[in-house]
Amino acid sequence: MTATKKAHPYGGKMTFWERTYLPEVFRGMGITIKHVIHNLLHTSEMPTVQYPEEHRSYSPRFRGRHRLMQRDDGSPRCVACMMCSTACPADCIHIVAGEHPDPAIEKFPETFDIDLLRCVYCGLCEEACPCDAIRMDTGIYEIAGTTREEFFVSKEFLLNNKSDGTEV
Amino acid sequence: MELVVSSLLKIAFLLTVILGLVPVLIWAERKGSAFIQDRTGPNRASVLGIRLGGLVHPIADVMKLLFKEDFRPENAHRFLYALAPFLVFFIALLTYAVIPFGDFIRIGGVEYQLVVADLNVGILYVLAIASLGTYGVVMGGWASNNKYAFLGAVRSTSQMISYEISMGLSIIGLMLIFSSLRLTDIVAGQGGAIWNWGFAMQPLGAILFIVAVFAETNRNPFDLPEGESELVSGYHLEYSSMKFALFFMAEYTNMVIGAALITTLFFGGWNIPWLTRSVIEGHAGTILPVHLVIQAVVMGLISLLFFRRAARERDKFGDARDREPGFMGVVTALMALGAAGSFALKPWAIGVDAASIYATLLQVGAFVGKVVFFCWVFIWVRWTLPRFRYDQLMGLGWKVMLPLALANVVLTAIWLAIV
Repeated sequence: MTATKKAHPYGGKMTFWERTYLPEVFRGMGITIKHVIHNLLHTSEMPTVQYPEEHRSYSPRFRGRHRLMQRDDGSPRCVACMMCSTACPADCIHIVAGEHPDPAIEKFPETFDIDLLRCVYCGLCEEACPCDAIRMDTGIYEIAGTTREEFFVSKEFLLNNKSDGTEV
Repeated sequence: MELVVSSLLKIAFLLTVILGLVPVLIWAERKGSAFIQDRTGPNRASVLGIRLGGLVHPIADVMKLLFKEDFRPENAHRFLYALAPFLVFFIALLTYAVIPFGDFIRIGGVEYQLVVADLNVGILYVLAIASLGTYGVVMGGWASNNKYAFLGAVRSTSQMISYEISMGLSIIGLMLIFSSLRLTDIVAGQGGAIWNWGFAMQPLGAILFIVAVFAETNRNPFDLPEGESELVSGYHLEYSSMKFALFFMAEYTNMVIGAALITTLFFGGWNIPWLTRSVIEGHAGTILPVHLVIQAVVMGLISLLFFRRAARERDKFGDARDREPGFMGVVTALMALGAAGSFALKPWAIGVDAASIYATLLQVGAFVGKVVFFCWVFIWVRWTLPRFRYDQLMGLGWKVMLPLALANVVLTAIWLAIV
């Protein structure tokens, strides 16, 4: 069996025992049965994540569903500068700007809609935002719906969108 | 009349075992492949929270297949397209007629042989029927009117021709040694010590036969007729619903035949090494209690493991599945108690008739156990080896297996002439 252990480049000449296939077949079967026995005895060490019950933990930098940040009074931090919708490569952010009653703040978004079906989760919007109004740190990746309209999320939705369900 | 009744009972037993093995094998295939690849495999389908480690999945599969649309491609040949799966499955079941699954059972002083048809040309019958199976495959592939299915059918034919020859030649040595084509004679000749088994007398023949059986059953590494990576899924590509299920069941039935043939010809059939019928009947008063004690202890230990798990994982899922370890613990504990409780029937003072039936049951159990082991080997090999390339397949069949099989025949003949 020493002959089979000798390394040879792919396409090289196989040794006699390798050409008979059988020793290598038994070696392979040995490897697979080792896996079977190990997995039978250590079922809890299986790397599989039992998904609906368990969730994979992602890094804090993971870009999930977006949220809009609030000021202390609960109004959006967004000033409707259109930087994010300009930066968006998927063209999924739709903002209608309105004049803010506070003269210190120029504009605010009357509507701020994101089409989650178009979004590519690149994160360019949160990079472009000058006032840290849009973030993708919710960690939500289970985005499901039965109609297209459900994925077209509004300002009100985004303002109350945190992964743990609490309001900001 | 008696012959008809006993034959029907034997056929019923065989059909129960084989058709019962098919879902278990499908489960073993899925679970075994999962464990080989470090996955958990099926573990979702449940009946009242009882999942049996995924064994409920085949039931769900059958329900799904029964309710699926039975699709027929527009230009398929109506009749042959419908006939092919039935033919494949029918032929797969035919082979069992000659395979002995025990020597005899004595009921009321009458001995019934445990084989449906004890043909004196048993091996030839097996080879003839097994090669008919490819007609169904060819029919299905051609009638689907699909180029991939057709390619699968063509491959199946050429593979069948190449490996049928070495398969037939590889058992000629065995026929020479036992000087019989009757399978019951061949099995009876392998009684006693383990070196009386076919593989000890015909090691080369055994290897060649096992490889050829793998090729005949279209299993990896010889599953070119299916070849899902190049032919999508080969000859049964266009089939859906229960027609596909029949092809699928035929594959596993063929696997059971292959395993039963390997067992019968080379691994002693229903023989238990050294424990021949006379030994078992003579010492049934010792063997049966030992057997019962082992069963009680093993089942008791398993039930303890289940109860420990039930206590540890009481609220693991928070639904009906939490009941499963406790249920399994109760079932295995009942099995242990049953084995222990049968001591009330005084197994050490077993009667002669009962001892004979016990010996028969042990032999049938040994046969089924060996068949299940070889079925597992089929699965094990499938998830270990890659598929052969087509030219490698042909090269192996014609340039290696055929000369080796011929050499085996010649050497066996010379050896038998000298000894």
